[in-house]
Amino acid sequence: MATGTNRLLGHLGDSVPRLEDPPLITGKGRFVGDINFPDQLHMRIVRSPFAHGTIKSVDTAAAKAHPGVVAVWTSDDIADIPPIDFREGSNPALALFRQYALARDKVRYVGDPVAALFAEDAYTAEDAAELVVINVNELPVLLNADDPPQDFKDGYTTEAALVEQAYGDIENTFANAFKVVELDVKIGRHTGVPLECRGAVGHYDAARDIVELYGAAKVPHRNRETLCRMLDRPASSVHLYEGHTGGGFGIRGELYPEDVLVCAAAIRLDRPVKWIEDRQEHLMAANHSRQQRHIIRAAVAEDGEVLAFDDELYLDQGGYIRTHGTRVANMTTGTLPGPYRIPNYRAVCHFRLTNKTPAATYRSPGRYETTFVRERLMDKIAVEMDIDPVALRRRNLISLEEMPYWRDLDVLGDSVEHDPGDYAGLLDQGLARVSWDELQTELAQRRDNGELVGAGLSMFFEKSGLGPSDGAKIFVDTTGHIEVVTGGASLGQGFETAMAQICAEDLGTDYRRIRVVHGRTDRIDYGVGAHASRATVLTGSAVSKTALKVREKALEVAAELLQTPADTLDITDGVIHAKDNPTGPSVTLGDVAAALAPAAPTRGDRDPYLAAEEWFNIEHQTYPYGHHIAVVRVDRETGEVKIEKYFMAYDIGRAINPMMIEGQLVGGLAQGIGGALYEEFTYDERGEPLSVTFMDYLLPTLREIPIPEILLTEDFPSTRTPLGIKGAGEAGITGAPAAIASAIENAIGIPGAVTQMPMTPQRLKNIMDERLS
Amino acid sequence: MTEKMDINLTVNGRSHAVSVAPRKTLADVIREDCGQTGTHLGCEHGICGACTVIVDGAPVRSCLMFGVQADGAEIRTVEGLAKGNELHPMQRAFTEHHALQCGYCTPGFLMLATSVLEREPNITDDDLLDVLSSNLCRCTGYVNIIKAVRAAAAEMKAG
Repeated sequence: MATGTNRLLGHLGDSVPRLEDPPLITGKGRFVGDINFPDQLHMRIVRSPFAHGTIKSVDTAAAKAHPGVVAVWTSDDIADIPPIDFREGSNPALALFRQYALARDKVRYVGDPVAALFAEDAYTAEDAAELVVINVNELPVLLNADDPPQDFKDGYTTEAALVEQAYGDIENTFANAFKVVELDVKIGRHTGVPLECRGAVGHYDAARDIVELYGAAKVPHRNRETLCRMLDRPASSVHLYEGHTGGGFGIRGELYPEDVLVCAAAIRLDRPVKWIEDRQEHLMAANHSRQQRHIIRAAVAEDGEVLAFDDELYLDQGGYIRTHGTRVANMTTGTLPGPYRIPNYRAVCHFRLTNKTPAATYRSPGRYETTFVRERLMDKIAVEMDIDPVALRRRNLISLEEMPYWRDLDVLGDSVEHDPGDYAGLLDQGLARVSWDELQTELAQRRDNGELVGAGLSMFFEKSGLGPSDGAKIFVDTTGHIEVVTGGASLGQGFETAMAQICAEDLGTDYRRIRVVHGRTDRIDYGVGAHASRATVLTGSAVSKTALKVREKALEVAAELLQTPADTLDITDGVIHAKDNPTGPSVTLGDVAAALAPAAPTRGDRDPYLAAEEWFNIEHQTYPYGHHIAVVRVDRETGEVKIEKYFMAYDIGRAINPMMIEGQLVGGLAQGIGGALYEEFTYDERGEPLSVTFMDYLLPTLREIPIPEILLTEDFPSTRTPLGIKGAGEAGITGAPAAIASAIENAIGIPGAVTQMPMTPQRLKNIMDERLS
Repeated sequence: MTEKMDINLTVNGRSHAVSVAPRKTLADVIREDCGQTGTHLGCEHGICGACTVIVDGAPVRSCLMFGVQADGAEIRTVEGLAKGNELHPMQRAFTEHHALQCGYCTPGFLMLATSVLEREPNITDDDLLDVLSSNLCRCTGYVNIIKAVRAAAAEMKAG
């Protein structure tokens, strides 16, 4: 463990400044828009203005004749390139619903790429793109997943899949229940919206016969596999490069049509091709997420034990199935029971295509939605059973004694087994921290005085560290500087700093002497990337194992050099010395690296170099947990919700850098508030998107975000990772809409009123106008 | 429309004589013709503020201004904030308070906050928050941005 004297060295638990910051605060970052090659072309995508139709013709003649235009492609020009495949491999049952890089036969949403235009500069490309004429026979549009499915193609309907998970005995439990509580709730369509739009630069290096894609993020290694399949090239001839990345949140870094097009065009047009998305495109072309309707019922015993959930839900997938396949449906049906026992369970997800932008994962996929649904239901049960909502939750929480708690559910191929945690104990700490009982009294008094104020609680469990494995390579040079090569990815979350701190702890060195490589397929052949709160958990564990292997080798060699037994040595700030004599004889890590040079006689019969490569395998995901508490004030006249106070409790297992974890929690909370109150993609009846600027799609500003209080505990280090760490990326967003909804209901005094997110001022005003006298 | 005009900009003290199309935005001119890519574009319709630079002492959204309108202007971008290796107090405060994650909105926030505090060193905290709410950040939840700007404001005032 880090000690007080080591705090500047950036060991585990130290809130040291990030290694990432210097270029980013001085304007020296290299985002995809900053990458240029001589003689590059600029690509502009011509997108469908129709939500649904059969393509009659795409007239590119005028565009091709425009000065500066080099080529215009339609689907005919890339007839040999198959549709974009699923990240986890082929899936014949869903194959029909995939998206081609350019639309073939039909367009299925406004924004569907129909043509790709290549020109000498970006302004020219945008001008000429307006000359491409798309003729379609318009077809009826389907805009709601809970409307009857339509024909898709070849006898298949728009219900692409029915995803079901269940255990126990639903029929008998409901037949014999003391009470059945029903709820019908909707989660609005919104998404990650990183501040940097997407971008991709394709470069074909004919000298080496290598295709390079810049602007990669999140899962470069997975995307390389898919690209190789689509372009029919061996893995060694395609490389992806992640530079600085302006936020990801799950939506950036999946393989999109534009990524495939810049690679294909770089080869076929024999010039580098750059594509930078604009914001209007981003809001209609990058993955949307979330939109679901749940019709759910609970069977409850007389004492408040919730005996069963039975959920039927409609997931609005949009125009196609993208790289995730049905993963959001799987996570939704697999995590709905949350931190409660729920001995009988069934969830049936109608996974349906509509004529809107395709949907996929956004930070906390499945958990954001189900936490809202489940906690709304718990609140309604509390009202209908006349039980205090906190007492109802306590009654049903999985207890520490029951851990590890297994249930017959699948989350991303992993059987759900909660690892040890004290859900009720953390709740006690949280309620004490916010003085919950006094808060209730105070709010009741304010309500008596005419204010619309209220508090709400949401509880959740998170998932992180999905395996099965990841690896890392570490190399120490003769100056004692260290390179850690990973297949992780950095979307702005501080990945380099976290990996450096783990390595620094295990090697006894300063984290600033460590360079962390990520997001480059040319440096390492594998990598999980950064998604589903797994980078730190999985890659970090691999880095730790590798660093310990390097440490062992360093101590063994140092023992020879110092003529002292290895188990009496320690490493402090890169210097190896006797544990009981820190200022006595010593060698540095650099000295040891030199002693292990291939020609060094001190190497003996050991493998050369102070270096190692190791793998970490995890059997089950690890499940951190927490709760949120919101206090809101509602304006009766405008319907505006002001968040007066916000509290988040979260057990992280073990914190690598508390400052960065709190940053993740607060940043996630801001997005959760956005989805709860402001952000929504809406469409008119023809399927025209109405939220394509930041004046329609409202991101919260600092005036909308409260300064939250955070209780970050390390009470239950994960038993599944060597350092005890669990993921931190998603807990800030997961609990937000549920806590805010509960607080709004409490404030306006209408139980069951909030059944839809976002609760915009207009919606809330309508509710109050209808139901408050 | 595409006939170029000769203009002269001073960016971070260095003079740039460039020939640009009249419709080219100042942001694109700074990035492409002056090679200063620290200024970022987040929306290109004047909402997010990522492209904020200081033009003749005032914070400006460089996506909403044409390059030719800045002919003869003194422009400061994020690359000009530090003096050599010595960071500006605002830059230092941003890293010390963890006011950035992905760093894409950061140049805009740095230039906005610096400019406002240079113009109004005695600005009230409430007015300062109003000004900062004109830029968007998607990573941090703003809390640490507020802390950083307040800390830098105190230092700039003292300093």
